[in-house]
Amino acid sequence: MAFSLTGEQEREFEKILARYPNKMAACIPVLHLCQGANGNWVSDEVITFVADRLGLSTAHVAGVTTFYTLFNRHKPGEHQVWVCRTLSCALRGSDKVLAHCKKRLKIEEGETTKDGKITLRTAECLASCGSAPMMQVDKSYHEDLTIERVDEILNRLLES
Amino acid sequence: MLKRTTYLSHGYDDPSGHTLAAYEKVGGYQGARKALALSREAVVDEVKKAHIRGRGGAGFDCGTKWSFMPKQGQKPHYLVINADEGEPGTFKDRTIMERNPHSLIEGCIIGAYGIGAHVAYIYVRDELHLAKERLWGAIEEAKAKGYLGARPLGKDHPVEVVVHTGAGAYICGEETALLNSLEGKRGEPRLKPPFPAQFGAFGCPSTVNNVETIAVVPTVFQVGGDTFSRVSALHEFNDGGARLFGVSGHVARPGVYECAVGLTLRELIYDLGGGLSTGKEILGVIPGGSSCPVHRPDEIVDVPNDPRFEPYNGKSILDLPLGVDTFRAAGGMLGTCCAIVLSDEADPVLAFHNLMRFYRHESCGQCTPCREGCGWMERIADKLLAGTATMDELDQISEIASDITGNTICAFGDGAAQPALSFVRKYRSHFEDYIHTGGKGQTRRLVSAAEVST
Ligand SMILES: Cc1cc2nc3c(=O)[nH]c(=O)nc-3n(C[C@H](O)[C@H](O)[C@H](O)COP(=O)(O)O)c2cc1C
Ligand code: SF4
Ligand code: FES
Repeated sequence: MAFSLTGEQEREFEKILARYPNKMAACIPVLHLCQGANGNWVSDEVITFVADRLGLSTAHVAGVTTFYTLFNRHKPGEHQVWVCRTLSCALRGSDKVLAHCKKRLKIEEGETTKDGKITLRTAECLASCGSAPMMQVDKSYHEDLTIERVDEILNRLLES
Repeated sequence: MLKRTTYLSHGYDDPSGHTLAAYEKVGGYQGARKALALSREAVVDEVKKAHIRGRGGAGFDCGTKWSFMPKQGQKPHYLVINADEGEPGTFKDRTIMERNPHSLIEGCIIGAYGIGAHVAYIYVRDELHLAKERLWGAIEEAKAKGYLGARPLGKDHPVEVVVHTGAGAYICGEETALLNSLEGKRGEPRLKPPFPAQFGAFGCPSTVNNVETIAVVPTVFQVGGDTFSRVSALHEFNDGGARLFGVSGHVARPGVYECAVGLTLRELIYDLGGGLSTGKEILGVIPGGSSCPVHRPDEIVDVPNDPRFEPYNGKSILDLPLGVDTFRAAGGMLGTCCAIVLSDEADPVLAFHNLMRFYRHESCGQCTPCREGCGWMERIADKLLAGTATMDELDQISEIASDITGNTICAFGDGAAQPALSFVRKYRSHFEDYIHTGGKGQTRRLVSAAEVST
């Protein structure tokens, strides 16, 4: 099915375009907008749509999409969890946080729970090193984690 | 020298510190008012007097960078703010954007005027959703008051500020990769020259500055450039003012602390960071983001033939004031001024492994020495931990890192090589133990024993 934006999303699209001297510069913000409108992933239809609307080749848009880790080329779970594993977090127990998430969710890194609720990922330094260990859940940061806090957060997601 | 300051962090503990009302109470937008009353050249000169060394890692003088922008020409100019904060261990710019966003907006007005730009793009890494929200909020507030827009503070020099987002890629913090990303392309670094001041965003003259560099500019005009520079203990090194110091890892009170330039690592770790959270002694400190060489506490400062170093020669590196040139002269790098502390509970080989994995993952792959070298170093690190590496391979790490250094398009390569070279050289016996005994004599963990479990 062809991808399209709602009226409100179209207005957001126009607002984004107005910020730049050319259409190509809108590529990343527009991909974010479309990814959000498409259940958090960039399908081939989304790529065609963005290329069309910005006057770019589909090869360019596909190349941009694959370069950046936050564009999903496959549909993720309803919620995305990223556990930071870089040095400052590792020095404060991110391994333990990640191991606990895997055990609690019964999945490996990069996988999605069977009910489609949660995708578990690792992240590189998220600029929150002073409140390590930490993880990002969708658009929120959860910092100074303990295993109890991780459980609370995961339970809430699983029950939502 | 430990001297706390609050130029940027005055409202950090106030839940509404990010609002315009709070910012105006401490003289917000008065700096821009003063700056915009001056000529463009006078603005750049005042910033030069402040000796603001770039807070993004390279430490280049801010006013000098601004002076490279063309004075005439047909093309528009752009100010581009690097808010991609992704250097491991670095978490200071985020505090500005979330808790004092108006300082950055005000800095953008002054900076845009100083370099002859009418648009400033703030390139924020996508994950920082609260930062983006606060910046857009601050832009709206500033526009509503006429501080920003067609006539900022009544001056006939329109300024617009736009928040742009990345999409997850450490390399986009490198300034030319950031420009490509801003233009809607893959975030691959460009060959320099041409430099951004000639050929930057959209092929036009541009200045790329770090968030903190720009956020502190309003203070320069509030207190005066020279006065601001002299707040620093390193004024005579042309390293002026105050800055945000971060500390993370094995300290009791990790966080961001604003102080005059010239703080020492010992003060940062013990007086501000509350000392070690685990272990007995410091194993090592990476002073400013993971791309700097690590230092052992028993390293002694020895910079002959420069009288400015006399007070520090013979002392531990922990007692050398943190400055761009002080650390460069001592064989280190100040970087982002956010230190990562490892206590003797931590195994340096594991820390090395963690960092090599990071660099292999984040290399953009354009240059062979970086792409292949980072992959190779990670594979040797894997073998070290598995107890299957050889002495030859240990020596290869230094060879690979040396081959990367200076042979790549961007400084990412050097950033990967620095920790590799320094960890292997400074903790050689730990590495050798992994080869001879599989690491039997090492802690084999990064956290304290009590924290390892499940
Ligand atoms: C791999 C790499 C990553 C970088 N990441 C950042 C970053 O996240 N933020 C930043 O301000 N500078 C970063 N820099 C430095 C920028 O290239 C540039 O020097 C800086 O933004 C200039 O601003 P300043 O002069 O105000 O420090 C990075 C450099 C490299 C090589
Ligand atoms: S040094 Fe590495 S990150 Fe920089 S351009 Fe070359 S391959 Fe890319
Ligand atoms: S290392 Fe995890 S947030 Fe920086």
